[in-house]
Amino acid sequence: MTHAPSLSATNPTPTSAGGFFRRFRSAPSEPDAAKRVQFNSPLLPYLFLAPQMAIIFIFFYWPSVQAIQSSFYLEDPFGFGSTFVGMANYTDVLKSGEYLSIARFTAVFTALVTFFSLAIGLLLAVKADGIIRGNATYKTLLIWVYAIAPPVAGLMGMMMFDQHIGPLVKVAAFFGWNMQVGLNYNDTAFAMIVVSVWKQIPYNFIFFLSGLQGIPVPVREAALMDCRSGLRRFWTVILPLLAPTAFFLLIINTTYALFDTFGVIDVMVKDKAANNPITLVYKVYMDGFRGNDLGGSSAQSVILMIIVFVLTIFQFRFIERRVHYN
Amino acid sequence: MAAINITNVSKIYAGGVEAVKSVSIDIADGEFIVLVGPSGCGKSTLLRMVAGLEAISKGTVEIGDRVINDIEPAERDIAMVFQNYALYPHMTVYNNLAYGLKNRGTPKAEIDARVAEAARMLEIEQYLSRKPRALSGGQRQRVAMGRAIVRKPAAFLFDEPLSNLDAKLRVSMRGEIKQLQKRLGTTSLYVTHDQLEAMTLADRLVVLNGGQIEQIGRPLDVYHTPASTFVASFIGSPAMNLLRGTREGTQLHFGSQVLDLGRAPAFPGQITVGMRAEDLRVATSGDQSLTMKVDYIEELGAQRLVHGTVDGKKLTASLSPEIDIGETMALTIAPERLHFFDADTGKRFGQPFANTGYDRLSAPAIKLEAAL
Repeated sequence: MTHAPSLSATNPTPTSAGGFFRRFRSAPSEPDAAKRVQFNSPLLPYLFLAPQMAIIFIFFYWPSVQAIQSSFYLEDPFGFGSTFVGMANYTDVLKSGEYLSIARFTAVFTALVTFFSLAIGLLLAVKADGIIRGNATYKTLLIWVYAIAPPVAGLMGMMMFDQHIGPLVKVAAFFGWNMQVGLNYNDTAFAMIVVSVWKQIPYNFIFFLSGLQGIPVPVREAALMDCRSGLRRFWTVILPLLAPTAFFLLIINTTYALFDTFGVIDVMVKDKAANNPITLVYKVYMDGFRGNDLGGSSAQSVILMIIVFVLTIFQFRFIERRVHYN
Repeated sequence: MAAINITNVSKIYAGGVEAVKSVSIDIADGEFIVLVGPSGCGKSTLLRMVAGLEAISKGTVEIGDRVINDIEPAERDIAMVFQNYALYPHMTVYNNLAYGLKNRGTPKAEIDARVAEAARMLEIEQYLSRKPRALSGGQRQRVAMGRAIVRKPAAFLFDEPLSNLDAKLRVSMRGEIKQLQKRLGTTSLYVTHDQLEAMTLADRLVVLNGGQIEQIGRPLDVYHTPASTFVASFIGSPAMNLLRGTREGTQLHFGSQVLDLGRAPAFPGQITVGMRAEDLRVATSGDQSLTMKVDYIEELGAQRLVHGTVDGKKLTASLSPEIDIGETMALTIAPERLHFFDADTGKRFGQPFANTGYDRLSAPAIKLEAAL
């Protein structure tokens, strides 16, 4: 859970995102000596780095090491000591049918949330970009959802899907769908995905909109003269030029769906009947803090860390290759 | 290949600002027309209306026999070269050239052939697999031209295509554009704020000011018989000297200084007199002359520009470097080299020495109907 905030905090803007990734790739080959800052003392740069390094160390490396360590032990629930059990925590987890079904749900949930929040965010951004009159109002209305904290969003979502007063349940009932969020596994999953997507759309909207406005007007005009179909122009010119933004958002949204939806899930499934969908990160929390199985919970969080690690490498390796940076 | 007829075209923006005011230009098939004027004169707006990037508020634009007011830019059968190249940054040079053809469903073999031909013409063959960012400014400009050429459109539109290049490259590209246009024979509409570019490229140039046409004509006609003080000061470098004066009998009075014309021209007392810097020469004894107080000199090598004042008004003379420059100089000019303009409206008095009076200059075979 700890590494999610630190990842999103490093990339506040799309331009710095592009720059961030680009610097990654071309820093050794670009000798820009003119811009290099000279320090009088060799210790000074390390001093400047220290606060950030301290934060990363205290909130990421240290807990990670602890998690790895405790994943090999069986902790006494009352804190009276621990027993070394080797890989037992891992094998238990991976053999558990419940864990595997949660993993499957997490994969589906992450894929759907990422896809829909990116797609809807992009659609709204493209439409907002085309508007000339009143676009400030339109943008503000779309953006302010982002200011809502995840648990509040979860709560609002819960109200929308409430059995008795939820307007969305009534709409569903109109179409003959007896929606029972909190009781029915699929209905809860549906509500969870809808609320998570809704919460993330404004974020994607802002980035896509600023990405769109970064595309030079003459390039769009040239495309206008070269290509009649608006849809085809979008696929062949606009979208490729948005790729750096889209790639950045893909990583951020994957992380969001995996970790930051915790608050939404918590509000939706807490105090509800047992058979509700949860994601891996929520399972880590349940086993560790509700079930007091710190060893098993640690093993799960290490597995989760490895999954995210592999996923991120995959994204950089195979998707970023197709991204064109200006 | 086609003629372009622009008839009473206006551009009125929301809020009532009229950027282009009822402009009419008839462009013959294969002609190279340059729109020139200072920034904000409406030249780019006019071009963009022809391109379809701006809506036409009033009037009609015809390309060939079609009125294209409501036709999509991609279907107007035109190609445009933009100031900052506007290449697709994510496509290779080949794909930049081929993009427009692919979208029109041109067969692959034909695309290959046309791209190869354009690349050969523009000498960009070795860059076809590169992305635009790996090219220099001049190479990018060639690619932008190539993108227009492969389409084989009815007309080329150029929007200040050379203004991002350095001075030397600009001159050589200018020559290439001219040659290319002659070779392809494609009707072209070219926008620039650079009067030198306008003079050298145009078959006919259109001088715009404040959204209206000041003058249409062949470059030399415009240079030698500017229709107004605006054209006189805009076309030609250094700008034409314009002095306020009064005519009394056969004499022109500039404050205390006097030039005798020998004949009485047919226009009233208060006038603006125009003199090209190269028409001024040093007076020899016996010539009537204006006395110029010399301020400073610009050496151009082949000539020397002498800046000074006559009766407190600025005057520039282009003289041979062999002539010695004093503190004051006596300059003279042949009366037939003088240009006369209305002191109030700035319009040219045609035929100063014939008794035709006040008639506006218009070049033959040109429809000139800017609402004046």
